[in-house]
Amino acid sequence: MPGQRSGSVIATPSAMRAIRHRGRGGQAVALRPSAGIIEPSRAFMSPRLDTAPLDVVPGRRPRAGLRPQWRVIAVCALCFALSASVISAQTIDLEQGKRLFESQCGSCHGPLGNGGKGANLAQPRLRRATDDQALSNIIRRGISGTEMPGSPLTPSQVSSIAAYVKTLGRVAPEGIPGDRGRGETLYAGLDCARCHTVGGRGGIVGPGLDDIGVRRSAAHLREALLSPEASVPGGFLQLRVVTRGGGVLTGIRVNEDAFSIQLRDLSGRLHSFWKDELDLIEPQWRRSPMTSYESRLTAEQTDDLVAYLVALKGDGSE
Amino acid sequence: MRNTAATRLLRLVLVAGLATLSVPALGVAQVPYERILDAASEPGNWLTYSGTYGAQRYSTLDQIDRDNVGRLQPAWIYQARSLQKFEVSPLVVDGVMYITEAPSDATALDLRTGRPIWSYRRSLPQGIVTCCGQVNRGVALLDDQVFIGTVDAHLVALDARTGRVRWDVEVADYTLGYSVTVAPLALKDKIIVGISGGEYGIRGFLDAYDPTTGERLWRFWTVPGPGEPGHDTWSGDSWERGGAPTWVTGAYDPELDLLYWGTGNPGPDFIGDVREGDNLYSESLIALDPETGALRWHFQFLPHDIHDYDSTQVPVLLDAELDGDPRKLVVFPNRNGFYYVLDRVTGEFLVGRPFAKQTWALGLDDDGRPIENPETIPSIDGAVVYPDDDGAANWFSPTYSPQTNLIYQNVREKGGVYYLADATYEPGKIYMGASRRVVAGEDPKGFLRALNPLTGDLVWEIAVHAPPWAGLMSTAGGLVFSGTMEGYFFAADARTGDVLWRFQTGGAVYANPITYLSEGRQFVAIAAGNSLVTFALPE
Repeated sequence: MPGQRSGSVIATPSAMRAIRHRGRGGQAVALRPSAGIIEPSRAFMSPRLDTAPLDVVPGRRPRAGLRPQWRVIAVCALCFALSASVISAQTIDLEQGKRLFESQCGSCHGPLGNGGKGANLAQPRLRRATDDQALSNIIRRGISGTEMPGSPLTPSQVSSIAAYVKTLGRVAPEGIPGDRGRGETLYAGLDCARCHTVGGRGGIVGPGLDDIGVRRSAAHLREALLSPEASVPGGFLQLRVVTRGGGVLTGIRVNEDAFSIQLRDLSGRLHSFWKDELDLIEPQWRRSPMTSYESRLTAEQTDDLVAYLVALKGDGSE
Repeated sequence: MRNTAATRLLRLVLVAGLATLSVPALGVAQVPYERILDAASEPGNWLTYSGTYGAQRYSTLDQIDRDNVGRLQPAWIYQARSLQKFEVSPLVVDGVMYITEAPSDATALDLRTGRPIWSYRRSLPQGIVTCCGQVNRGVALLDDQVFIGTVDAHLVALDARTGRVRWDVEVADYTLGYSVTVAPLALKDKIIVGISGGEYGIRGFLDAYDPTTGERLWRFWTVPGPGEPGHDTWSGDSWERGGAPTWVTGAYDPELDLLYWGTGNPGPDFIGDVREGDNLYSESLIALDPETGALRWHFQFLPHDIHDYDSTQVPVLLDAELDGDPRKLVVFPNRNGFYYVLDRVTGEFLVGRPFAKQTWALGLDDDGRPIENPETIPSIDGAVVYPDDDGAANWFSPTYSPQTNLIYQNVREKGGVYYLADATYEPGKIYMGASRRVVAGEDPKGFLRALNPLTGDLVWEIAVHAPPWAGLMSTAGGLVFSGTMEGYFFAADARTGDVLWRFQTGGAVYANPITYLSEGRQFVAIAAGNSLVTFALPE
């Protein structure tokens, strides 16, 4: 995700606080392995933070530099120092917003904004972007602890995208054909809870699903059920390690640095190794312990399960 | 359709049956109550705020001892991101350390490497008021959950494995000046949480919550309402903003089934005229039935306080012979400068004597009630008093070593000049009534003091330069650990006070030390500056 850190270069501490202090609640932050659990938007601000490169894992694709189109707009980085009031005074260009959204946001949020790997934005009320200012801040700086990166855009580009995102809420909601009640029964009957938590209960090898309906679109969830390895979340890494004593362990990476690695085996148990205790660390990118449900669910059942998952909005509400 | 539904149901039943067999036990308890109850038998872990329910902050680990402590060296350091004071007392269980970071975040660290396993980051609303920093002193553990109080006055239960929120309940309304900074205390089937906000005209309480659901099981108001015993110790409607917060973790005696908790200052802090009377149960040690929250006894150290001497210290439980009789005691080095010994069965006052410079009291009467010095009452022209309202002691923990039979307390000797001001109550606004100036020409002093636990007599002391904010821990290695405002973390011979080892951490110590085993080796941990530093002997 190029630009993940670039977007924050000029964020001011007070502006950062404005984001952090907006709204209630809290979250368990997904670790950014090898970089520690820093908030990416702060990575350039404090010399005390661990800014180790992300690509120390054998087999992991090296991080590319800025893509050409980012380089161009990165020139405008200094513009970010402008205050929000100045931004709101910019001319809003919805057409530009749509164009930018499709190129900058569509790969995760879907070209129509109705979600994918990223949240469904085609709803009247956005959970995190509670007002215009919050929406602009999120576009500029991303959301720490999530896969949503900041973007080095000019203030007018940000406000154009924000204005366009707000129009998405007027689109009719995505129709979900299944029955969420039957889906809930299916969820309980299948072995989903072995690896996933809802309401804090369940296994922890897979991502928590409390608010999966906010974070993923129905289409994405359907894909995840039918071909899990086509939709492995960013940062989710299955590994196989072999200890000096010949023990073999497969698990999910929890954290990693130059000298140590922590992983959770498929029963959820945590293991911490110094790397010199291991003969082999084999990263298995795009692999998932989750098997396809394609042959185990009827099309109707898949619809039901998706309907249940889409209804999981976090904070205990459905 | 009917057929399809029937087929689906059949398949579901089959799948469900198989799933039941194949799903491993989920939500396996990590820290059942019985482990905390018996924490002294597993010194390799640190399961509750003060180490054990008796709150002696003493460890039977003895790998690090007087002879080898000089070789202690840092093992790993975890850097917190907040620049607020780092007041955490970590907990350790089964290879994981659980800490909080200011303002209201929690992090699980791999004990082996110091690397984070998960982190809970709380988004806070604007407009939170805290008198003394948006800080947090630690979590409680019970079964498979981690409990954290927040400065927006919530209590949150997290999945100990992942940091994901299990439940999140409001304890009180932060816009009225309530906040939670205390480490909760986990009992058998309750999470006990105190409240901060004594400088904002709150009405204090101590709460118990259901660990599974977050439902509030009881609330003990530390300022009694109309019709309740003690209500007549408040003039007019002053009880409504009477303060008496409960922001330091208490102790528990499982045999007596009594919960002990200190209470803070009455509000407004420095103006007594608007709240005539003794102002129960401010400045008290309260003993509650943990099942119901009913008051069993109370001892008020300081009726009608006008110096902001919160009696929010850690009560230390110990058993000893007193005048030939075996007694169950609770001892309490109070922020007001007096060391108290009470019978913890009845609350009877047994001993009270100064352990630090104090001028506010001319002495204590036979019942332990202070005879106040009128010259120290805050006034328009300024009145000098020792100690100042930071106290001779404060929230930082004392320790009792059964090995040396001494109690250890970090002591602040610093006065203040108090100029009376108005205090008009406005919701969520400061409500104190005086301003403090330093005593001209004074060089405040700090000490680590070892006291006879039954008399309060001074046995030895170490001068530590500036008045400290560090807690203490003693070990069976014959050591007592402490820290200084200038960044030293050090170990002293618990018998003599000889400093045997020191390390410059680079940041002031506002925290309590702990000790534990990792892979069979003893470690000592302390928060200093913005770092959590662990130490061990060379391998």
